[in-house]
Amino acid sequence: MAKKQYAFYPGCSSQKGASAANYIASFGVMCDKLGIQLNEVPDWNCCGASIGYGEGGELPRMVLNARNLAIAEKELPGQDIVSGCPACWLGLREAVDRLHEHPQMKTDTNEALKEVNLTYQGTSNAKARHMTEVLIEDIGYEAMKAAVVKPLDGVKIAGYVGCQANRPYGIAGESFENPLYLDRMIEAVGAEAVPYEQKVACCGGALAFSEPEKSQNLIRQIVESAYDNGADMIATPCPLCQANVEIYQAEINKKHGTKLAMPVLYYSQLLSVAFGGSIKEAGLNGQLLRAEQLEKIAGK
Amino acid sequence: MADNKFAAYICSGCGIGDTLDIAGLEKIATREGKMALVKSHPFLCNAEGVQLIKDDIEKEAVTHICVAACSRRAKTEAFNFPTVSMSRANLREGVLWVVAEGAEHDEVRQEMAEDYIRMGCAEVKKMSLPQGNAKRDQTQNKTILVVGGGMSGMTAALASAEAGYEVALVEKTAALGGFAGKLWKRVPFSSPYADPQATGVAEMAAKISANGRIKVHLNTTVAETGGAPGRFKVKLAQESGVVNDMTVGAIIQASGFTPYDMAKLPELGAGQANVVDQAGLEAMACAANGGAIKRADGKEVKSVVFVQCAGQRDETGTHLAYCSGHCCATSIKQAMYFKDANPEVDTVVVYDDLRVPGMGEDFYRSAQKKGVVFTKGKASKVTGGDSCKVEFTDLILDEPTSVDADLVVLATGQVANAGVNLDAWTEVNTAAEGGNEEAKQKRSEMKTISVLNLDYRQGPDVPQFKYGFADSHFICFPYETRRTGIYAAGPMRRPMDMLQATEDATGAAMKAIQAVENAAQGRAAHPRAGDLSYPIVRLEGCTQCKRCTVECPFGAIDEDEKRFPVFNEERCRRCGTCMGACPVRVISFENYSCDTVGMQVKAVNVPDEDEEKPRILILACENDAYPALDMAGVQRLTYSAYVRAIPVRCLGSVNTIWITDALNQGFDGVMMMGCKKGDDYQCHFVKGSEMAYYRLSKIGDTLTQLGLEPERVVTEEVAITDNARVAKLINDYAAQLNDLGLSPMKGFG
Amino acid sequence: MSDLNTQAVARYKNNFLREVEERVEEGNMVKMCMQCGVCAGSCPFGPHWQHSPQKIFMMIRAGKREELLTSDSMWMCTSCYNCIVRCPRKLPITHIIHGLANYAHRLKLVPKGQPTRDVTKLFWDNLMKVGRINELTFSLALYFKDGLVQGIKNSLAMQSAGLGLLKAGRLNPMEIFGGHKCKEQSGIHRMIAKAREIEDGRRGLLA
Ligand code: SF4
Ligand code: SF4
Ligand code: SF4
Repeated sequence: MAKKQYAFYPGCSSQKGASAANYIASFGVMCDKLGIQLNEVPDWNCCGASIGYGEGGELPRMVLNARNLAIAEKELPGQDIVSGCPACWLGLREAVDRLHEHPQMKTDTNEALKEVNLTYQGTSNAKARHMTEVLIEDIGYEAMKAAVVKPLDGVKIAGYVGCQANRPYGIAGESFENPLYLDRMIEAVGAEAVPYEQKVACCGGALAFSEPEKSQNLIRQIVESAYDNGADMIATPCPLCQANVEIYQAEINKKHGTKLAMPVLYYSQLLSVAFGGSIKEAGLNGQLLRAEQLEKIAGK
Repeated sequence: MADNKFAAYICSGCGIGDTLDIAGLEKIATREGKMALVKSHPFLCNAEGVQLIKDDIEKEAVTHICVAACSRRAKTEAFNFPTVSMSRANLREGVLWVVAEGAEHDEVRQEMAEDYIRMGCAEVKKMSLPQGNAKRDQTQNKTILVVGGGMSGMTAALASAEAGYEVALVEKTAALGGFAGKLWKRVPFSSPYADPQATGVAEMAAKISANGRIKVHLNTTVAETGGAPGRFKVKLAQESGVVNDMTVGAIIQASGFTPYDMAKLPELGAGQANVVDQAGLEAMACAANGGAIKRADGKEVKSVVFVQCAGQRDETGTHLAYCSGHCCATSIKQAMYFKDANPEVDTVVVYDDLRVPGMGEDFYRSAQKKGVVFTKGKASKVTGGDSCKVEFTDLILDEPTSVDADLVVLATGQVANAGVNLDAWTEVNTAAEGGNEEAKQKRSEMKTISVLNLDYRQGPDVPQFKYGFADSHFICFPYETRRTGIYAAGPMRRPMDMLQATEDATGAAMKAIQAVENAAQGRAAHPRAGDLSYPIVRLEGCTQCKRCTVECPFGAIDEDEKRFPVFNEERCRRCGTCMGACPVRVISFENYSCDTVGMQVKAVNVPDEDEEKPRILILACENDAYPALDMAGVQRLTYSAYVRAIPVRCLGSVNTIWITDALNQGFDGVMMMGCKKGDDYQCHFVKGSEMAYYRLSKIGDTLTQLGLEPERVVTEEVAITDNARVAKLINDYAAQLNDLGLSPMKGFG
Repeated sequence: MSDLNTQAVARYKNNFLREVEERVEEGNMVKMCMQCGVCAGSCPFGPHWQHSPQKIFMMIRAGKREELLTSDSMWMCTSCYNCIVRCPRKLPITHIIHGLANYAHRLKLVPKGQPTRDVTKLFWDNLMKVGRINELTFSLALYFKDGLVQGIKNSLAMQSAGLGLLKAGRLNPMEIFGGHKCKEQSGIHRMIAKAREIEDGRRGLLA
């Protein structure tokens, strides 16, 4: 069967040797088993992320994203542009929307794009999408279930959707206050989705750098709630959430004498393991807090 | 008149026959109920069952039937036999569905059913077929009088005329339009709710003058109103002094409102230059005619501040305590007058809560888009002059601040033009009738603001509720005043905006039409619409105590020269409050009387003390409490099988004789269930439940004389939604009586 | 105080609302706020804002320009978008807050050392170098933003995490020598410079 083709925008954190290297590693098996072909946008640039606004302003941010869109449009015509990072997805989708709605902004953007000999047409139906949208809408839960060879039996997972994978766009048909798609993916691979209060709570985002105390407070609540509800691990669709919630547990333990050590995974790692991927293929070796249950399943 | 023939029909369907001993019930109906014919049927409400009854009526000349099946509120279309008197014994909702299941309850369940058969038979024997108002040939006038030519009045007049009724439209000024006629534009009535619209007054006035059914009386007031629905006699007084008599069938009072007197708000700049109320701003806008709005000194207004709730929602008791509902939208509209003429004008609305009912949110958003600034704050002081200043507390930033402007507009409220306050009137009138000269003087002063000048003994206008608005039941039956055939429309019954007033007026017109049609057929108006019974009084027994006249919530009863009650049947709503009030029990209805209920009470078989089976009588209002009891059954909530429930038209109709009879007979307790009373009453007859409480408060002595505890009689407020609660109330009361022990009266009855 | 600020004060006199409408991202939506307070109650950093979003919108209407632009309130936004999806008036609150932060920064009114402002600046500068974020140099710059001594302390505090990431293959020490980058770097620089010029022109921010 021919693979489904997508323009792929990895984003800075999902490069080799970057903080979400484990994320991107797990895409291989997942996409392979589900018949997804990701074609990297050539010479892509940073999306500006959610923290770029302070210095960047509005039009420069639009232009950054428009360059990536324009390249994709030219080199990978007609393909939806897909990212695994909610912030990148947001930047791309926001640019698509605003450039569509505001002709003036589109003119201004193209004026700036002249400097790199590009024009953004925005005339095709290509959408900016998050990887989970592709899985849910183009592949479907049933197909994901069908690809499972090693069900994650008995693993209790707190699906942590967080912010930008859920707001302001979110997944079509899901509620902002209690989106269910991540839980359904967890269940599709045979694990148990644990209900808990912090599913769509904020981890502090980029302010984990600038306001560590305040952010770590939020992170602590997320992890403790997952513990309180019996979760073995947390799974998320967002690199910043993954990094914040994983990395700062040690920091919180040091400051508050807690004993947090909850593995934080990507949904794609769960799929990868369930589809038969090895520890390395699922990026499990890239965890600061190792997910031993998954490693055991993957090692079988 | 042919001889009465009584028959009982017992249904064994819906599981009744599976649980109850039908043969036993038949025996009771025959032996104790003394029914000439007793039949049972497995499915009484189906065509065959109904035909069985019809055949008996036709061929056996049956005149009175007791249908022992489901509740009287169920299957009313099947069990509709207009030529005979009918009672209903409630075996399904009242017994089968509420008595706990199981053989151990068989005995009490059967006893309960037997009692309901006895009661149904006893009731129907005392009933006769209502004949309708005998004087209905005198109540055929169907003209509708509309008092007030503003938005509400004009709408009511047009609605009535378009439905085919003659209308007399009375307006005290020289032109139609009322308050709406003084506006530059109105708040939009239709989508997209974005801009002010033309008031529509001129078009309406034109439509009215083109309508052959409407006769407009300008410069005219109502000098006197007497009579009743279908035969109101009114005197219309023209400014010139000419008085015309006319007869009308119903009246719509649409006398509008007056803006709260801003002179009472000196702290908000009243009396100072460039501080106006909303009415004042309308006049300025009319003068500007779409151009720049100018102040009295001719200066163009470049900045304006609107102060909301000026003298309204006041908690200190000095000003209006209520929200007038329209003034937020009105200020939004007025701010748009400025913005639409010149977007550069600064418009600030200082509000506490912005209340924009209906589609007002869209209008509010539109104003925000136009650049009207809304500031949540509470104004404390306004200074007028060339540069006005509004001092206020910013409620979001929580700090005192101020804003300057060329003009300040105060959003003052609506004061109802509802006429004379009857509570005050009664006091003065009583003194005046006693000969007090000062009171006589005061009385004629008071009368100058009367709208209808009713010659009713209860006073010259419709009764008021809170804050001087005409009473009209705000939840269940708006427009209904406490004077049958007189309907309230527009801001004289509650504060409202123009769109609401037009809807109100249409509703009132429908009510007025109903009233004239019912009067013409000799039937009751709302809420017992169509009821042909009416109070019949045996004047020979009357002691002229006046209780019925005073207690009738609708002012239906006048007095003749000898102080005997004179019933105006057309004004009567058939609640029976007079019947409950009458100490010598001379008032009754053909199908509802002291006897129809009293005999039911007596029919109950009260077991002897040693049987240890208490009996509780429930007198339940048919409007809310009885349906709630039925619903408890529908939901299969169980309650004590010792209760015997009798529906009453209104708690107001409960005559204390029923209670004392029940207690004398050995009942262990009496529960009265009626609607909510008081300021936020739910009583369908306004005062009925209140009267019941009042009368009950006096029953204590009687109980003590009988040697009974006061807990043996209780009153509960029950709403139609209280199905679960009503079952609990019963069970709790049964438990309470259990603690109290059986009534010492048993065996003496 | 910057020249830009002096120019803005002169240009808008007391009309701060208009200034925001013309110069701040999505600023024209500020007037649509109905002061319900849902945003303030929805923010994960709610208690830390000196002025909640709701209050900020009121301050704009009330003309509290200095007080707002020099405060650190807009820098408390974690970009969680809670307020956006809950606002009954559909204000793009997050964007307005970002826009206000950006505007205050452009006018040089932000308090010295405001940490989020410093992070956003470091981030942007880092991305501008090669067109992509270099996480290593970005983190190092972060740790050393308050000077060498504080920087060493910060690095030591996060040393274990850093080593962990290193071992996990999620932090590449070689990145210090350049690492991932865009080929078209100078084009990107020109493109961004152009974008800023256009935007400043539209907003009247050209000196
Ligand atoms: S409608 Fe508005 S201005 Fe008028 S009283 Fe009510 S809240 Fe106050
Ligand atoms: S008390 Fe009720 S029943 Fe009696 S006259 Fe008045 S309205 Fe009619
Ligand atoms: S939620 Fe929206 S309307 Fe409510 S205060 Fe915040 S911005 Fe204003």
